[in-house]
Amino acid sequence: MPLISEIDYGTPASRSEKMVTLTIDGNEITVPEGTSIMRASMEAGIEVPKLCATDMVDAFGSCRLCLVEIEGRNGTPASCTTPVAPGLVVHTQTSRLKQIRKGVMELYISDHPLDCLTCAANGDCELQDMAGAVGLRDVRYGYDGENHVKPRNNGEINARWTPKDESNPYFTYDPSKCIVCSRCVRACEEVQGTFALTIEGRGFDSFVSAGMHENFLESECVSCGACVQACPTATLTEKSVIEIGQPEHSVITTCAYCGVGCNFKAEMRGEELVRMVPWKDGKANHGHSCVKGRFAYGYSTHRERILNPMIREKTSDPWREVTWEEAYAHVVSEFRRIQYQYGRDSIGALTSSRCTNEETYIVQKLVRAGFGNNNVDTCARVCHSPTGYGLGQTFGTSAGTQDFDSVEHTDVIIIIGANPSDAHPVFASRMKKRLREGAKLIVIDPRRTELVSAPHVKAAFHLPLKPGTNVAILTALAHVIVTEGLCDEAFIRERCDWSEFEDWAAFVAEPRHSPEETEAFTGVPAEALRGAARLFATGGNGSIYYGLGVTEHSQGSTAVIAIANLAMVTGNIGRTGVGVNPLRGQNNVQGSCDMGSFPHELPGYRHISDESTRDIYEKMWGVTLNPEPGLRVNNMLDAAVDGSFKALYVQGEDILQSDPDTRHVAAGLSSMECVVVQDLFLNETANYAHVFLPGSTFLEKDGTFTNAERRINRVRRVMTPRNGYADWEVTQNLARAMGLDWNYTHPSEIMDEIAATTPSFALVSYDYLDKVGSIQWPCNEQHPLGSPIMHVDGFVRGKGKFIRTEYVATDEKTGPRFPLLLTTGRILSQYNVGAQTRRTDNVAWHAEDRLEIHPHDAENRGIRDGDWVRLASRAGETTLRALVTDRVAPGVVYTTFHHPGTQANVITTDFADWATSCPEYKVTAVQISPSNGPSEWQVEYDEVARRARRIAGKMEAAE
Amino acid sequence: MNVHVAGNDVGTKTLAIVGALKGLEGPLLPILHEIQAEFGYVPQESLPIIAQELNLSRAEVHGVVTFYHDYRDHPAGRHVLKLCRAEACQSMGGDDIAARVKALLGIDFHQTTLDGAVTLEPVYCLGLCSCAPSAMLDGEVHGRLDADLAAELVAEARR
Repeated sequence: MPLISEIDYGTPASRSEKMVTLTIDGNEITVPEGTSIMRASMEAGIEVPKLCATDMVDAFGSCRLCLVEIEGRNGTPASCTTPVAPGLVVHTQTSRLKQIRKGVMELYISDHPLDCLTCAANGDCELQDMAGAVGLRDVRYGYDGENHVKPRNNGEINARWTPKDESNPYFTYDPSKCIVCSRCVRACEEVQGTFALTIEGRGFDSFVSAGMHENFLESECVSCGACVQACPTATLTEKSVIEIGQPEHSVITTCAYCGVGCNFKAEMRGEELVRMVPWKDGKANHGHSCVKGRFAYGYSTHRERILNPMIREKTSDPWREVTWEEAYAHVVSEFRRIQYQYGRDSIGALTSSRCTNEETYIVQKLVRAGFGNNNVDTCARVCHSPTGYGLGQTFGTSAGTQDFDSVEHTDVIIIIGANPSDAHPVFASRMKKRLREGAKLIVIDPRRTELVSAPHVKAAFHLPLKPGTNVAILTALAHVIVTEGLCDEAFIRERCDWSEFEDWAAFVAEPRHSPEETEAFTGVPAEALRGAARLFATGGNGSIYYGLGVTEHSQGSTAVIAIANLAMVTGNIGRTGVGVNPLRGQNNVQGSCDMGSFPHELPGYRHISDESTRDIYEKMWGVTLNPEPGLRVNNMLDAAVDGSFKALYVQGEDILQSDPDTRHVAAGLSSMECVVVQDLFLNETANYAHVFLPGSTFLEKDGTFTNAERRINRVRRVMTPRNGYADWEVTQNLARAMGLDWNYTHPSEIMDEIAATTPSFALVSYDYLDKVGSIQWPCNEQHPLGSPIMHVDGFVRGKGKFIRTEYVATDEKTGPRFPLLLTTGRILSQYNVGAQTRRTDNVAWHAEDRLEIHPHDAENRGIRDGDWVRLASRAGETTLRALVTDRVAPGVVYTTFHHPGTQANVITTDFADWATSCPEYKVTAVQISPSNGPSEWQVEYDEVARRARRIAGKMEAAE
Repeated sequence: MNVHVAGNDVGTKTLAIVGALKGLEGPLLPILHEIQAEFGYVPQESLPIIAQELNLSRAEVHGVVTFYHDYRDHPAGRHVLKLCRAEACQSMGGDDIAARVKALLGIDFHQTTLDGAVTLEPVYCLGLCSCAPSAMLDGEVHGRLDADLAAELVAEARR
């Protein structure tokens, strides 16, 4: 395993299909038109010296090192900014060029410290490499003149010198090592799209500045790491590299945070992770990353991680560390006892959307084959289950229709109920790039999210709807499209069921769906809505991206159907640049759904009642499967409170914090007799657990994750599991203790079983993934290379199905007692329940959850920015600090749910989607009042949590 | 003139200026000129407002403002005297003129006299090489400077 070093071609690839042939140093080479001479030469294997060029950003031509001579042309043009032309004869190394380059390097080095041996970039410094490449042997100017290097010149303070900026927790900025190549500035602009960096001043005074000469932490910087990656010197360096040194080998793996599924090189020294560097060949991220994937992996070695199995009789007892064998034996005897006492259906399991496909698959296999029931569910229940239902009904498969690359070809984007800048940052960067190229944007969100107005991005329309009125808005958009004759009739006639369309068209055309009528309760001005509908229907390739703001409603499934209708009526399905794209919250939500985690579905979305499907598994597993769907997680909790459900195996989930109506979850868990939690940390759910099985991180196991674009990415083990076993091994050992004859020696064997039993995964294997990098399912005989775009030659279900979408207001209504609507979401630096990110330096950005409230609402209640407020709903109350901002509309408040202390889900109610029970997180009627401290529940819960986390024989962890 | 402007005032005036000029193609430089004309310098607190209104980042606006030496980060004296320091003027005795002016004003380049009357600045070429050495007082150019003419300019600026 060597250190993977990726070739830097210097300038981005040209997309042209026209080829051009030229001669470089006597080699004939053919490249696409528009390619730079620098890139063409690198493709021929000749590396032209360069400093300011890198293939992640456009050519700039400032370093003057990459000069070449071209026969028949004057001077020495820069090879990065000079495009190829037919028949050119280029020389990259002549005596004239040598002399110029040496002279340029001499100038660079005359203002650069000569501390190479003790420099953090030693071994990974392009400046050093170039000094070597041009044969620099002497700097005639000396080092005593004006410089940026030394704090003092001859005893005088050197005003040009600036100290290191160490404000960012993950990297340092040392201006004394800067050669002002602008690569960081351009990476921030072109790759990340934040524009947080600039060159301050001019000439010899030039200086890279974050924000307005601010430190990095306080500037607009989002710590994505693109600048650090682009820096050719030690100016921007990971603190981990400064501390540890350069890595010696690397392994390609997949990030375990959001559903974008970025590929990274885990750069290692022995078993120590030095840094995560985004991989340029990663098909989801193309060499870009965000603060979480790039830097926030410290939780894997956090001191609070539990490494030994533990059991206890009662949740009020302290934990007792036991051997793995004791733990398995305890679980098996308890589960057997409970099933004997309360019946076969009294136990169940939850699979994890953060674990691998293989791990998820064997947990559901354990339930169906070992427990003998179908009581398995997953956290997709509480996020994207309506996507599964809605897209399944209309298109025939429950997955996004496009790959992420498709956004490069889109002309009009609708983002509804999603905030990619915070929740899917790498995809947001790609979207912003397309918006800067001229695509138009329509944002449908109660909040003014970052994409509504950001540097070089401005939404054409922002429709700030009242939370809970998605369906009305989407139907009104369809109303405008249908009544103004903007339908794509040819597409509908060819691809969809015409009579269903006619029925639907008549329904949406009813005057009660007009924007003028809906304005009264959606709060969206009719004119803006009409404008948005016209733009989407007539603006070219239209794509829709949506998130949990669509699904987590009582009409979540209806809204997904309405989105599908909108895509079909405008003909925006089945080609690149269009489509319906759910943005998945977790790394493997897509995978956990694919793997049969739902109580009614076997892997590949085949219903449990289907005999032929059951037959496949019954033969393979040697058991008889129950044809009746099992319990959903909310049903399990209800049944637990009723006394008929007694044991639960939870792998890698924290339902107490993430599921709605915390008190109900707590009541359910505490009525169970054996709760088994498998996790990295004693999470909130573990406070109610009887057995704790330590989990392993994504760095410690092999497997696959499936991202939001259905891409199956390999996860590779880079270090030994600190707890001793990968999660799949723990599940397998548990199954074996139950008497199941499982003998997987590697996750690849589990994938082989999946491929053998699931048609849409038929050709997937680890060997194939190693060969092609990653693959988008379906991958079978018909689609051997996978399927970047779905429904290309017609819908999976046959004809696209239009379904009426009647708006029914949620039962969760505002009134005199609860006059405001609370909606919830995420923030960039934290992830989900925060179990991982809270245990990293990401807390520098977001140390607590805040309640966003409009200045008017705040003033009415006498609340100032930063005040503690009491947030109360019908379900419960909590306290947190207010953030007064006009990002939210009057009448709407917003918070995140990353910190367990906040307990935002104490507030959320148990209303849920009619079709899939996906909870209505996004709408809760609340009241806000000033407060001076934590609520009763918070105090009580803190005490419960503190007591529940005691481990016998260990000092209480100081929180 | 040394004018102290309250923070709020900068905000409202900046917004008004941006609002009036934002429709122009490439509005940033005209806006900054107008702001400098209004306040006598470009107040730091106006930059985030400009950035937000033009859909730019604070960093970008900061980069532009610092690139141009003519945008001041604090108010200048009542008069601004610029002496050309470029090659042609230097070869025609610009150094001596500069030394004399500095002595007469009692300040160095980039400084303002204590009474706030004159700010002295170097400039690199006024495009007046044929009449070197040259200078500019409050936007008006003067060529073929000698010791007397320089003293006259200083006296005028002092008034």
